[in-house]
Amino acid sequence: MAVLVLEDGRSFHGEPFGAEGEAFGEAVFATGMTGYQETLTDPSYHRQIVVQTAPHIGNTGVNDEDAESGRIWVSGYVVRDPAPRPSSWRATASLADALVAQGVVGISGLDTRALTRHLRERGAMRCAISTAETRGLHERVLTSPPMSGADLSAAVTTTAPYVVEAIGAHRFTVAALDYGIKAMTPHRMAQRGITTHVLPYDADVATIRATGADAVFVSNGPGDPSTADITVLRALLASGTLLFGICFGNQLLGRAYGFGTYKLGYGHRGINQPVQDRATGKVEVTAHNHGFAVAAPLDRVAETEFGGVEVSHVGLNDNVVEGLRALDVPAFSVQYHPEAAAGPHDADYLFDRFADLLERTRS
Amino acid sequence: MPKRTDIGHIMVIGSGPIVIGQACEFDYSGTQACRVLRQEGFRVSLVNSNPATIMTDPEFADATYVEPLTPEYVEMVIAAEQPDAILPTLGGQTALNIAMALHENGVLEKYGVELIGADVEAIQRGEDRQRFKDIVRSVGGDVPASAVCRTLAEALAFAEKVGNRVVVRPSFTMGGQGSGLAEDADAVRRAVARGLAASPVHEVLVEESVLGWKEFELELMRDRKDNVVVVCSIENLDPMGVHTGDSITVAPAMTLTDREYQLMRDLGIAVLRAVGVDTGGCNIQFAVHPGDGRLIVIEMNPRVSRSSALASKATGFPIAKIAAKLAVGYTLDEIPNDITLKTPASFEPALDYVVVKMPRFAFEKFPGADPRLTTHMKSVGEAMAIGRNFTEALGKAMRSMETKAAGFWTTEVVQTDLRLPTDGRLYAIHQALRAGTSVEEIAEATGIDPWFLDQIALIDSVGTEVAEAPTLTPELLRRAKRFGLSDRQIAALRPELAGEDGVRVLRHRIGIRPVFKTVDTCAAEFAAQTPYHYSAYDEETEVAEQRERPKVIILGSGPNRIGQGIEFDYSCVHAVMALRAAGYETVMVNCNPETVSTDYDTADRLYFEPLTLEDMLEVVHAEQQSGDVVGVICTLGGQTPLGLAGRLKERGVPILGTQPEAIDLAEDRGAFGRVLREAELPAPKFGTAVSFDEAKRVADEVGYPVLVRPSYVLGGRGMEIVYDETNLAAYIARATEVSPDHPVLVDRFLDDALEIDVDALYDGTELYLGGVMEHIEEAGIHSGDSACALPPITLGRGDIDRVRQSTLAIARGVGVRGLLNVQYALAGDVLYVLEANPRASRTVPFVSKATAVPLAKAAARIALGATVADLRTEGMLRADGDGGDLPAAAPIAVKEAVLPFHRFRTSEGDSIDSILGPEMKSTGEVMGIDAVFGTAFAKSQSAAYGSLPTSGTVFVSVANRDKRAAVFPVKRLADLGFRVIATEGTAQVLRRNGVPAEVVAKFSDAGEHGDQVVSRILAGDVDLVLNTPFGSPGNSGPRVDGYEIRTAAVAAEIPCITTVQAAAAAVQGIEALVRGDVGVRSLQEHHRRLAQLIGEAGH
Ligand SMILES: Nc1ncnc2c1ncn2[C@@H]1O[C@H](COP(=O)(O)OP(=O)(O)O)[C@@H](O)[C@H]1O
Ligand SMILES: Nc1ncnc2c1ncn2[C@@H]1O[C@H](COP(=O)(O)OP(=O)(O)O)[C@@H](O)[C@H]1O
Ligand SMILES: [Mg+2]
Ligand SMILES: [Mg+2]
Repeated sequence: MAVLVLEDGRSFHGEPFGAEGEAFGEAVFATGMTGYQETLTDPSYHRQIVVQTAPHIGNTGVNDEDAESGRIWVSGYVVRDPAPRPSSWRATASLADALVAQGVVGISGLDTRALTRHLRERGAMRCAISTAETRGLHERVLTSPPMSGADLSAAVTTTAPYVVEAIGAHRFTVAALDYGIKAMTPHRMAQRGITTHVLPYDADVATIRATGADAVFVSNGPGDPSTADITVLRALLASGTLLFGICFGNQLLGRAYGFGTYKLGYGHRGINQPVQDRATGKVEVTAHNHGFAVAAPLDRVAETEFGGVEVSHVGLNDNVVEGLRALDVPAFSVQYHPEAAAGPHDADYLFDRFADLLERTRS
Repeated sequence: MPKRTDIGHIMVIGSGPIVIGQACEFDYSGTQACRVLRQEGFRVSLVNSNPATIMTDPEFADATYVEPLTPEYVEMVIAAEQPDAILPTLGGQTALNIAMALHENGVLEKYGVELIGADVEAIQRGEDRQRFKDIVRSVGGDVPASAVCRTLAEALAFAEKVGNRVVVRPSFTMGGQGSGLAEDADAVRRAVARGLAASPVHEVLVEESVLGWKEFELELMRDRKDNVVVVCSIENLDPMGVHTGDSITVAPAMTLTDREYQLMRDLGIAVLRAVGVDTGGCNIQFAVHPGDGRLIVIEMNPRVSRSSALASKATGFPIAKIAAKLAVGYTLDEIPNDITLKTPASFEPALDYVVVKMPRFAFEKFPGADPRLTTHMKSVGEAMAIGRNFTEALGKAMRSMETKAAGFWTTEVVQTDLRLPTDGRLYAIHQALRAGTSVEEIAEATGIDPWFLDQIALIDSVGTEVAEAPTLTPELLRRAKRFGLSDRQIAALRPELAGEDGVRVLRHRIGIRPVFKTVDTCAAEFAAQTPYHYSAYDEETEVAEQRERPKVIILGSGPNRIGQGIEFDYSCVHAVMALRAAGYETVMVNCNPETVSTDYDTADRLYFEPLTLEDMLEVVHAEQQSGDVVGVICTLGGQTPLGLAGRLKERGVPILGTQPEAIDLAEDRGAFGRVLREAELPAPKFGTAVSFDEAKRVADEVGYPVLVRPSYVLGGRGMEIVYDETNLAAYIARATEVSPDHPVLVDRFLDDALEIDVDALYDGTELYLGGVMEHIEEAGIHSGDSACALPPITLGRGDIDRVRQSTLAIARGVGVRGLLNVQYALAGDVLYVLEANPRASRTVPFVSKATAVPLAKAAARIALGATVADLRTEGMLRADGDGGDLPAAAPIAVKEAVLPFHRFRTSEGDSIDSILGPEMKSTGEVMGIDAVFGTAFAKSQSAAYGSLPTSGTVFVSVANRDKRAAVFPVKRLADLGFRVIATEGTAQVLRRNGVPAEVVAKFSDAGEHGDQVVSRILAGDVDLVLNTPFGSPGNSGPRVDGYEIRTAAVAAEIPCITTVQAAAAAVQGIEALVRGDVGVRSLQEHHRRLAQLIGEAGH
């Protein structure tokens, strides 16, 4: 037996799945029907207990290619029907074994839809999964740290810089600030001849410059964006450095421009989200994983310290800001995941745009 | 981009009769389209020859043409209506082909009509298999090696190169018509010959076989801003080699990682863009190598397809409706998601459940047909099931089939070779697992992904736990339900539980009931506004309370099969419309994804559930918990719900309309016999028998020929005319299930009788004759396969009065409250009662359209207490008079059946016999309507088979008893300039009667190589065949000749008439065509004219 207890007292019973023990985190639901391995290994899910709305999880096991980082980051995992065993020509292990190996506690067999509806109505909240002692569990949930105000960058960032080489001819160098970067992002850059120097999130301007970077990338990552230090980003903006941000990176750039950020009720976590590029009017189906968003005006260009900034992309489901573009300095960012792992590749063009800008700033 | 304002009038083309490969999914899509276009303010005109559709209800379009779907007729409609645009992508391949023909012959240009939602070039790129492959390659995709061949020699040469393992596919056909797999040179030869013949452009694609690979489909939509979304991914459980229409399919795809899925998505979108599908839906099929993931594109359908209907029902994303909006200029982001209302349609649905579609076959109807599943679709219908996991959905799908088997453990399994894909292979797989065969071995033999096999193994292990546990604990019972075991299955595993009822009682006592979840397109991310539910064994139910309006639950008809098709869905949908209008909350239950009834827009609430006792009791319970249920309507969805009525009532569920006791009176032969005797109505003499001796005694008493059949069947299953004792013995020997519980009925067969079909309403006091139909074929050809005319063409007032009196007596005697269908046979001067069905019949939509009276709506109202008098006052029924006294000048409607013989082959690859009899074989029907019978009949033939010839050669060969009757029509043909050729006996009789007839040798006399009739037919020298069968099964000689002749006619696609009555009608039709007085007229105009005539007659 395993149990899941929510901050507001509601609980669900199920079977243990993965490692035995206790796990705490913010309960969030993810609606992607494919890509659980990518989800599990996405550092942005650090300290979150992920509820998969798709009932069958683990069908294709895990493999050596699809992980987005070196480990599973979710703090707990909630699924309805785990696969008895994997079936895929690429599988190297079953999902259950992978969870056990990394000590990730999970629960299966509960009404995940009821849980999802609860989170939708009441908002993402703290929760615990336990396969053992349930006495006092709710109290322990209440004393566990909330996501608002959480500064998690230090926990997920790389300790030492590393380089992801360009594939084929080297064209540009980019320094990436790692707030919890996903492996696919430098890969997408590499495909365009970009060599990426992945730096700890707290690298200073001098360290960044020392890589010889033509531009700086600000990565995705977990936690509350309002806790992050944005001095370096502001310096880079002021110096006219080309900047590209994704997800957490979008929120940090937003803050650097002077916008606030806020926590969404239950966030966007899925790979089916319609986002409109306001310049072309075209809609892209995109991968999302964010619980916070930037508060920027949709109806006009905002005048900021760095000149005009406009909302370049908007989420059509709820009109949330999904992208920002600075008009007077070379900086742009999106709240969603153009690197798309998992997810559709509709927004891949943003990496082309980045490469074009690199090209242009060089000449 | 908002709606286009430069067009005001749009014509929609339907898909015609229900045939294998093209069923009522196009009624669903067409109906949605018509609704949307009218809401958007367009004038809509519609052409569709299928009267059983909702879309051809006069209220769904401004002008509805029930006319043949041929380029000639559609051109006439264009000339009459002058539309600005045609929307051809919602009527299946039929509509698309007509649109292409009208483009090619310049009609579109001539009338200045634009095609919307489709682009001619794009259709060509998508449909021409070779061009399509080039496009796939040009965007970096992979395709099977192939060659387009126009001759046998070319094809053989290519096949040789790829090792003679090929698929042969004719260009421009659908449902795999004429396609085939070949594994050696001989088979290649046969397959190519067949394919060339099936292709309208005499061209086949010979393609490297990828048999056994995994098969997937994507449903995509594109708008004119080039936004593209994938609505649904579908994985076929059966691997490549089994047509997707015949495969068990699952949504979403279960065995792809995100990387593989996104590759498929990217490729699908790239192909869609390169083909240039203008706006709307499209379906792309893929094959994936199970060992290395090699991804291959198989084909694309640049239109709404069967899979689109499935995807719409599976996701809640209404593809056809949105396709219609896109066609008139909207973009996806401008269209709201119907279910959330708050979010736009420019997203991809996320499912938090599993959908399983299972095909329904009808091989038992076509003795001799090869039951192997191939690239050529053979299923006649399908059921869809939704569960919170695969096992639950699979269990539901298996019990939705309306066959004797309702899931593992409910049937005896005949062990078959797992390598051969057949209907019911799942049962064999389960058996093999039980016998200890490993998942790997089964995967190897079947090509089915181990993940699915593991799930079957899981079901089996739960079943084993259930069977072996010392007591059935609540935990175990709950577990069994979670993995989809029905009460019936559990009862089969635990005999001590006293059957299904015992399990249910136990289950309810310990409080185990399903909850009902919602299909919401978004995995609960947003609140759903549409109550589209399915059951699941989970914790939280989502059925909303509603206590203001009383509820009525309407049970649908389940998967289409021969004998029970779209006609019943029509009646259910009508009941919903009528009861909604009358202030009830309507609750629809059905499991057929092709239908209008399972559109979440149709009823107030939709439950997508199998139509079994267990599932219905749970739905009724859930609805009773949430409000005030007046009762359940079981009499509109055909035999399936009718069969449930009694069992529901016994368990306390209120049944509306005709009560189960009355249903029994009509269905039980003994009881019905008493009803008839009391009313002093004659019926053919009959008796029941449980052995040959008894059968012989009955037959001797009533006299040969006799009609024998198992009791309690629909669609004349297993029914035969037996002329003598020897054949009687043979029949009894074949009818394996004869037992005291299942006796055989032996009826006196009425030779030379005119069959009459009647649909009527009865409220307990007043009878309203809906319509009296006179069959073209004599009694002995199943009413569902016979053509018929309304109003009747030869019956006099007196006959109709007798029909009225008899129908009233039956309605009263049985206790009908609602619809009643009676079949009579008029022989000599006696009006025999053949049978009475106390429910909506197959002909209700036809009668409703022919007489402009909505019979099913009226029946639903009567079920809730309205009287015929009330409905007359309301204007739903005629103020006075009824369908039995139509004015003499009323338009005549002819119904013709459409038969699927050409879809089936024997295992040797030969055609199967196309002969008609008392067992129903047709899949659908068409209607021809005109001022006079000849024209109406000609139209019905054009709609069903392509046109009747107006000149050329007619071949005649009739049974002795038909010779006299054949003289007159054949003489007329000769007078009209036809050349007559005949077999010797027939020729003699014709000549003696002054008809110049040339003798042609019989097949059995001249053999395969001589000059004989079959070779002439195949050579294209014959334009019309008149051949009536004689002899009985097992005889050789004439019978075999008839078979060869008829199958040759089927192969040559020329009309083949098998009764003299039909010949007489055909001659009238040909005369009408020769006269050239064939025009088109909308149903609305026909109805106006009828109303006027009725008005005049009343004064
Ligand atoms: N190259 C092939 N090798 C093996 N099976 C094939 C091949 N191509 C198609 N099939 C099978 O035949 C079925 C019908 O082919 P398809 O191209 O989809 O024609 P249709 O127009 O009838 O849908 C497919 O669903 C698939 O199972
Ligand atoms: N006694 C009979 N004599 C001649 N034809 C009959 C007789 N009984 C039935 N038939 C023919 O068989 C067909 C099917 O029989 P019916 O009793 O209507 O069965 P079903 O339930 O399949 O409709 C009828 O439509 C009619 O043509
Ligand atoms: Mg196909
Ligand atoms: Mg009948």
